[in-house]
Amino acid sequence: MRNHTPWWKWLIIAAVILPGAFYALPNLFGDDPGIQLRGSRGTTLGASQLTTVQRVLDESKISYSSLRLDEQGIRIRFPDTDSQLQARDELEIRLPTGYTIALTLMPAAPDWLSNVGALPMYLGLDLRGGVHFLLDVDMESAQRRAEDRYIADLRSTLREAKIRYRDVGRDVAGDLFISLRDAANNKDARVVIEKELPGLLLRDGQDIEGTDIKLFLAQSEIDALSEFALEQNMTALRNRIDELGVAEPVVQRQGDRRIVVQLPGVQDTARAKRILGRTATLEMMMVDEEHSLDAALSGKVPPGSRIYRFRDGRPILIEKRVIYSGDNIVDAAASIDTQSGGPIVSITLDAIGARINQKITGKNIGKRMAVLYIENRSVIQTDAQGLPVRDEQGRIVRDKQRLEEVITAPVIRDQLGKRFQIEGLDSVTEARDLALMLRAGSLAAPVDIIEERTVGPSLGQANISQGFLSVVVGFALVLVFMAFYYRVFGLVANIALALNLVMIVAVLSLLQATLTLPGVAGIVLTVGMAVDANVLIFERIREEIRNGSTPQASIFSGYERALWTIVDANVTTLIAAIVLFNFGTGPIKGFAVTLSIGILTSMFTAIVLSRALINFFYGGKRVKTLSI
Amino acid sequence: MQFFKNVTTIDFLGRQKSAFVFSIVLIVCSIASLGVRGLNLGIDFTGGTLVELAYERSVNPSDIRTTLGNAGIEDGVVQYFGTSKDILIRLPVDPAQATAEQSSTVVSALRDEIGEQLAESPEGGLQQCVSPAGEVSDCHIQMRRVEFVGPQVGGELTEKGGLAMLYALIGILIYVAIRFEWRFAVGSVVALVHDVLITLGIFSFLAIEFSLPVLAAILAVIGYSLNDTIVVFDRIRENFRKMRKGQSVDIMNRSINQTLPRTILTSLTTLLVVVTLIIAGGEIIKGFAIALLIGVIVGTYSSIFVASPTVLFLGISREDMLPVPKEGAEGDPTP
Repeated sequence: MRNHTPWWKWLIIAAVILPGAFYALPNLFGDDPGIQLRGSRGTTLGASQLTTVQRVLDESKISYSSLRLDEQGIRIRFPDTDSQLQARDELEIRLPTGYTIALTLMPAAPDWLSNVGALPMYLGLDLRGGVHFLLDVDMESAQRRAEDRYIADLRSTLREAKIRYRDVGRDVAGDLFISLRDAANNKDARVVIEKELPGLLLRDGQDIEGTDIKLFLAQSEIDALSEFALEQNMTALRNRIDELGVAEPVVQRQGDRRIVVQLPGVQDTARAKRILGRTATLEMMMVDEEHSLDAALSGKVPPGSRIYRFRDGRPILIEKRVIYSGDNIVDAAASIDTQSGGPIVSITLDAIGARINQKITGKNIGKRMAVLYIENRSVIQTDAQGLPVRDEQGRIVRDKQRLEEVITAPVIRDQLGKRFQIEGLDSVTEARDLALMLRAGSLAAPVDIIEERTVGPSLGQANISQGFLSVVVGFALVLVFMAFYYRVFGLVANIALALNLVMIVAVLSLLQATLTLPGVAGIVLTVGMAVDANVLIFERIREEIRNGSTPQASIFSGYERALWTIVDANVTTLIAAIVLFNFGTGPIKGFAVTLSIGILTSMFTAIVLSRALINFFYGGKRVKTLSI
Repeated sequence: MQFFKNVTTIDFLGRQKSAFVFSIVLIVCSIASLGVRGLNLGIDFTGGTLVELAYERSVNPSDIRTTLGNAGIEDGVVQYFGTSKDILIRLPVDPAQATAEQSSTVVSALRDEIGEQLAESPEGGLQQCVSPAGEVSDCHIQMRRVEFVGPQVGGELTEKGGLAMLYALIGILIYVAIRFEWRFAVGSVVALVHDVLITLGIFSFLAIEFSLPVLAAILAVIGYSLNDTIVVFDRIRENFRKMRKGQSVDIMNRSINQTLPRTILTSLTTLLVVVTLIIAGGEIIKGFAIALLIGVIVGTYSSIFVASPTVLFLGISREDMLPVPKEGAEGDPTP
């Protein structure tokens, strides 16, 4: 029978539309205030923590609408903001340490929907508000640090091999060099380096009989180093973000030296920047009390020691050897010293740190130990015009500024172990920030914020409402136009268009792709362009009728002939959308995603669905005229 | 309702010459404007800092300039954004400062002036500030948006944007060459370059800010304009196979006329939503929507007056279309 839709096609349509409608459903519910709890420092929360949290809430008589545990941690939903804030305070006081507590908004859709994975669309930061940072990891600095380690290793390797050297260091060209006392040792030195330090390669074309040996880092070594620096930085950044108390933060690598950090809902961006960007660590060293400070200041610095300065500028002579560093710190907390009333930071060390601490402090009671604070800042180098200086590859050249301050250098009164305190800080805020930096781990290489996009919640709300309004108005205008222009056929196109919108929302929700403001614009544009397929078909049907075909034949050939035109036209638009997706960053990607989804769903609704509907109205009947 | 009761018989290709002159004049003007005035590139491409603030009541940009000057920020551009309560501050890349800090400096300098300081603010709510008296209330100055783009990122984006357009054009060239014929591929790409140049030219002439969303819109325009062109080409191919008589010019003219109702209708519905976006979509999306508006109009024009004449000029004939290459519109499905 002509223009009859077989039952299996209806089945396919139902199999697409019904789940589509189901997965679009969660978007109809708004948000509830909520709290997200995560284990800090990468630990996961389990059933026992869930019970603890539940007990705290029940004991403080705080009403909550749901409490659940998932991979992300524990989520609690509240009926109103008051109970949310009250709960936050109670949890902060009554929970043991090891939790990160973050206020957030949670989808208010009922649990039976979220249990089957039906979630509302994932809104981008430009719609929900929040901060987006792009961080550049300073790999050159990571490489220099590795070279410094190698220089130390070279010294000890040569010493162990009993090869005497005059100097080991870095030359002007950036190569590592060894200057031997005796040229006769050249071969031995090369052999031992090749064996012990495979990460170092010999520079080609150098004199292999002389006293000097030039070495450089193997590319494989640099690659491994960069990989490690990136991974380590991401871990450290995650830890720092935990301290900021953000729900659903995103830390992702982008390319081989960049990290994207997204903090939804964060309002105090200045603090976020301060905490993300800083690379601070502590080093514990012994004060050199055998040599005179005055002699050192006049230029006779004893080898193995160095002059450092306190914050107020007072000099102090310190032994270069690091006893232990920030890496050995497990926990740090700021508080007020009950005796002196000054701010202090209490530090807990790991097993290695504790052992070293015990050994060193036990041997050196009565001597002074210095706590050195090190912060790396990178400053862009500028030329005379104030423009950034670039290297041959067009990258901006940075100067490293290494801020080194002795925070305190107290006399060791007792053998210290796992726990001890740092005094001599200026303010409570400083103590708190220092504790935070120490706790959150040090970065393997300095990072620079090279892009920031922050959207305040009021603008996010405005973007949502303006976007929503545009979709509704644009949609309504097209509906009215189509109904007038194509009558019954127009109504069919309108049903297809409406279902197309539902399908776009469903696919976006299902993929949990990020919906951005340009993404909303993409939906609006899709509404305008999606009717194109139906316009093509309907114009073709009109043409067939004008050529004298019967209504049934016109419908049939209208759909058949327009099919490939529609496919060709849409594939080319899809090509543009895919290019856009690969090129784009955040918001633009959102546009490419909605545009692509819109193209694909519109082909289904405009061709398959509208045809089935038209067949339903006209198919297999004696029709004299078509309402087109 | 029908705009076209019968198939129109407009001699589009007969007006090729005037269309050619018109297009050339537009393109020359566009290139001249791009060369002389350049594009008003946004910070996405130049790098820099942009801060959007919402005040409780109307403010004077010059007061803000003074406050910023006192805080040591001198070369900022301060202007209204939409209303007299909304302020947009632009700062060039300042290499002397740790640049990402600039925006924080701006916001805190302006808040210090009226004696408020940011306090803890909940997600989704307005920013809360502490007054000197220690009271917490909604901030008088709400930070709506901060964008900071480092100079290195800006440079990369410009390069990537240009490459993206190139890749899109190449991809399309290949697809059309496979599905149709190389002359059609060249014709569609000529039309696309025409559209992009003129849209860029108008942006340059009117000094509308060229941002990342505008670039996205131009890529969408490439897709849209092509959509139009393909529909016409498809009909030309079909007619070449079906109509055994007639000159190439006549066949092409007839094809353009046959698809004219669809071309105009689709442009209309698209323009409906694009105008909606311009009016209701808000300030941020405006540039994007304007690019679409220009692109849709130019794209519609080019699919009729640029793409097909180019194919004709390259010497297309029926023989080129006859060796039935692929599946698709060939054959007559009606018995």
